[in-house]
Amino acid sequence: MTALTILLVLLLLLVVFGLLFRLQIFTSIFSGTFTRDIGMSNSVNAILMLVFLVFGGAWFAYSFVENFSKMNPPIASVHGHEMERMFWITMAVIGVAFAITQALLFWYSYRYQYKEGRRAYFFSHNNKIEVIWTVIPAIVMAALIFAGWKAWTRITGPAPKDSVVVELMGKQFNWLVRYPGRDMKLGVVNYRMIDAVNEFGFDLSDKAGLDDFTTNEIHVPKGVPVLIKIRSRDVLHAVYMPHFRVQMYAVPGMPTRFWFTPTMTTDEMRAKLGNPNFNYELACNQICGGSHFAMKASLVVDEPEDYQNWFAAQQSFSQKNPEVLAALKQKSKTLVSEVTAPAAEAKETAPAPLAASY
Amino acid sequence: MSDMAAKPNLSPGVQTQGGIGTAGVPATEHGDHLHHDDHEHHDQHWLWKYVFSQDHKVIAKQFLISGMIWAILGGTLSSLFRLQLGWPEGSMEWLAPFLGKWIVAGKLNPEFYLALVTMHGTIMVFFVLTAGLSGTFSNFLIPLQVGARDMASGFMNMLSYWFFFLSSIIMFASLFIETGPAAAGWTIYPPLSALPQAIPGSGAGMTLWLVSMAFFIVSQLLGGVNYVTTVINMRTRGMSMSKLPLTIWAFFLTAILGILSFPVLFSAALLLIFDRSFGTSFFLSDIYIAGQALSNQGGSPVLFQHLFWFLGHPEVYIVIMPAMGMVSEVLATNARKPIFGYRAMIGSLIGISLLSFVVWAHHMFVTGMNPFLGSVFMFLTLIIAVPSGVKVFNWLATLWRGNIRFTAAMLFSIGFVSLFISGGLTGIILGNATLDIQMHNTYFVVAHFHLVMGSSAFFGLFAGVYHWFPKMFGRMMDEKLGYIHFWLTFAGVYLVFMPMHYVGIAGFPRRYYAWTGFDAFSQFADLNRFISIAAILAFFAQFVFIFNFFYSIFRGRRATQNPWNSTTLEWTTPVNPGHGNWPGEIPAVYRWPYDYSKPGSDVDFIPQNVPYSKTQSSNFPYEQDAVE
Repeated sequence: MTALTILLVLLLLLVVFGLLFRLQIFTSIFSGTFTRDIGMSNSVNAILMLVFLVFGGAWFAYSFVENFSKMNPPIASVHGHEMERMFWITMAVIGVAFAITQALLFWYSYRYQYKEGRRAYFFSHNNKIEVIWTVIPAIVMAALIFAGWKAWTRITGPAPKDSVVVELMGKQFNWLVRYPGRDMKLGVVNYRMIDAVNEFGFDLSDKAGLDDFTTNEIHVPKGVPVLIKIRSRDVLHAVYMPHFRVQMYAVPGMPTRFWFTPTMTTDEMRAKLGNPNFNYELACNQICGGSHFAMKASLVVDEPEDYQNWFAAQQSFSQKNPEVLAALKQKSKTLVSEVTAPAAEAKETAPAPLAASY
Repeated sequence: MSDMAAKPNLSPGVQTQGGIGTAGVPATEHGDHLHHDDHEHHDQHWLWKYVFSQDHKVIAKQFLISGMIWAILGGTLSSLFRLQLGWPEGSMEWLAPFLGKWIVAGKLNPEFYLALVTMHGTIMVFFVLTAGLSGTFSNFLIPLQVGARDMASGFMNMLSYWFFFLSSIIMFASLFIETGPAAAGWTIYPPLSALPQAIPGSGAGMTLWLVSMAFFIVSQLLGGVNYVTTVINMRTRGMSMSKLPLTIWAFFLTAILGILSFPVLFSAALLLIFDRSFGTSFFLSDIYIAGQALSNQGGSPVLFQHLFWFLGHPEVYIVIMPAMGMVSEVLATNARKPIFGYRAMIGSLIGISLLSFVVWAHHMFVTGMNPFLGSVFMFLTLIIAVPSGVKVFNWLATLWRGNIRFTAAMLFSIGFVSLFISGGLTGIILGNATLDIQMHNTYFVVAHFHLVMGSSAFFGLFAGVYHWFPKMFGRMMDEKLGYIHFWLTFAGVYLVFMPMHYVGIAGFPRRYYAWTGFDAFSQFADLNRFISIAAILAFFAQFVFIFNFFYSIFRGRRATQNPWNSTTLEWTTPVNPGHGNWPGEIPAVYRWPYDYSKPGSDVDFIPQNVPYSKTQSSNFPYEQDAVE
């Protein structure tokens, strides 16, 4: 019924519009203005060009300033500040180009509108000016490329040796978090071992995995490089943390990584923003299915000593889930009797070479 | 000749055959298929004339009208998801009669939301801006502007449309199947697109998507081969490559891009079909989904992205270059000035075409690709700003000291330049790998490409339709309605996409059904509502154009032969050219296409087919040499 009403209203509007249009054409025929009238509408359009430049520009400037604080989420990583600077410098450069070219475009449109008896200036080319406006953008681009390349190499370069390591595994539709435990080594995981309990796919035949622990919340210390190792166990996901200027895809079958150094603890940020509920958020930023928009995790930046305490208080996955270890022992016993070298299997499931290998 | 000129639109094939006969060109192929038309299908003549026509002008109109239908559909889909984004808490119950089961308890189904954005992208990029824009105007203008009776192969040209039609039918059908249409984004990245367990749209919907795209690619290749062949071989006497209008250069290079890149998409689609249906592992590895570990190992999802973007990036130039060509033409004609830097314009088109093949991985900076590759692609990507800048400066210089007539086409051309600047400049940010870490997959990207290739290409399309409508239908479109359409659309586009940049700078991810779960993004509720309102209004403004278009076909003011006082060859044909285009001999070409307001000439334009010997008063010294 609602649909019918909407359709009817639309239809009626269309009919009214059509009638008005016919009327306009008939009146213009009777008043004899049907030949192309270059004068009136041409200058109206020319004026509108100028109006658009002035009011459009004003609106843009106003709304940009109005929203400026909103579009700058607080930054909390070392490279984030560097990127931010580069972003706004680039914005300034393109802003200048934007203002000049748009102003000229609309101004010329207004200024050189049709005038009876005037003749356009036959100006087909000018090598000098063409060389100038080819070379200047090329130089500016070269500078931007150089700055971008330097920063990119630094940001994507190898993580410092003393980095804290966290592994994130994307799955539909949440993030699994794993820490290497006391030995600072992440154990082997194998997607074939995944089940309802062993969501990460721990292969506990690897001793390095015995002290690994999983958590719901990501904790990292302030002021220390953090290396995030990223996996996916089903489709593509992306680790995106806007406050840290961090983004990297999670690719099934190909572990990826990204490292950064947090500069502000969650508490400091809460105090700074005056928002006691503030949390660093991790969003999935690669379409991954129906609940993609809700695939969220939160990250807590602690003071280093708080982090140490938190880290020490965690219980390893194998301790929490002794049945996984027991099942594995059971399985390997039968395997030993069948196959002489169980180590071969472990080797096969060693992590694939990192895409970002340095 | 005069009696031919007086024939009404779409005069019967017999007469056009006569026209070809008198022309005496060695176009045996055309002669052949015309005989075919006349003798074998005389009874069902209209069918071969209006439906299975081999006349490039009819095929162009078929592409145009199909494209318009698709555009309305694509726009409707965007209005639907803008409703969701603008009013995430609002009830959509009133849409239930249209969308049926996709409205669950007054809410849009999130998976259907993804299907909406996927189909919006697919439809707009491929079916509207590739087939509808390039298909229409390459077909319509290439033979008319190079001085040919028709395409090199009229039959292949017809097939090109009908493969597109078949592809359209399949894609359209996919909207109505039980599990919904493809929903993995228009870039259909596997594994999401490969696994029906991951999202229902990756079931039958994705299969239909892939089959449809396969036919679409066949259509593009048939068309592209034809365009290239026609431009190379069928130019009229005197029409050297350096006398071609910029439109033709743009269509020519676009066709080459299409021929070289679409097969790569085909290979990607084929491998994906294998992965989906035959158990191969090109793109799949180490996957545990829906409680089950899949046996696929060793594949790489990143490989798919390389294959996809090897088409995907040239594709955006396939979309924008025809618009650039038409805009150059319309700007010169209505500023009554030669296009500034004709050779630089060709050079920059060639430069953009070449570069477009070596920048694809800038879509993949943060996908886990080796960072060294990232630096290479950043370098190559940012270089594109140089030829693009040259084009913009040349357009500005063309307006400078012109004598501008604001036709609707001219307004849209100026709008095109404005949007191309606005959208192009933010490409400098996104092409920088460092900055892309933050901007990748945010609304900043959405704003960027909607301005630079979406809206701009649409503006090029509108400029083309308003400008060549008289040649297509022998009537004029209503100018006032054209002005209204332009100003509403122009303002609308800026109101929609400028605020999107703000949202994007803050890191708002694209393809999010709702953002309300995130503190960082929920502050943009007002802005999102504003964008939604502007988008829906701008969409409805397009019905002014639709009305104007169909009304003018039947009731528009009758056109004259050369209503815009333009110099190119299509305006030397009769008002309603029949099959074969020129009733008499094809005119020969003597000069470049931009002799507007030439000093010493009485009129402010000298068509290409006027020899220098007839324009003694305005010839430059070197042109005088050509006379003697």
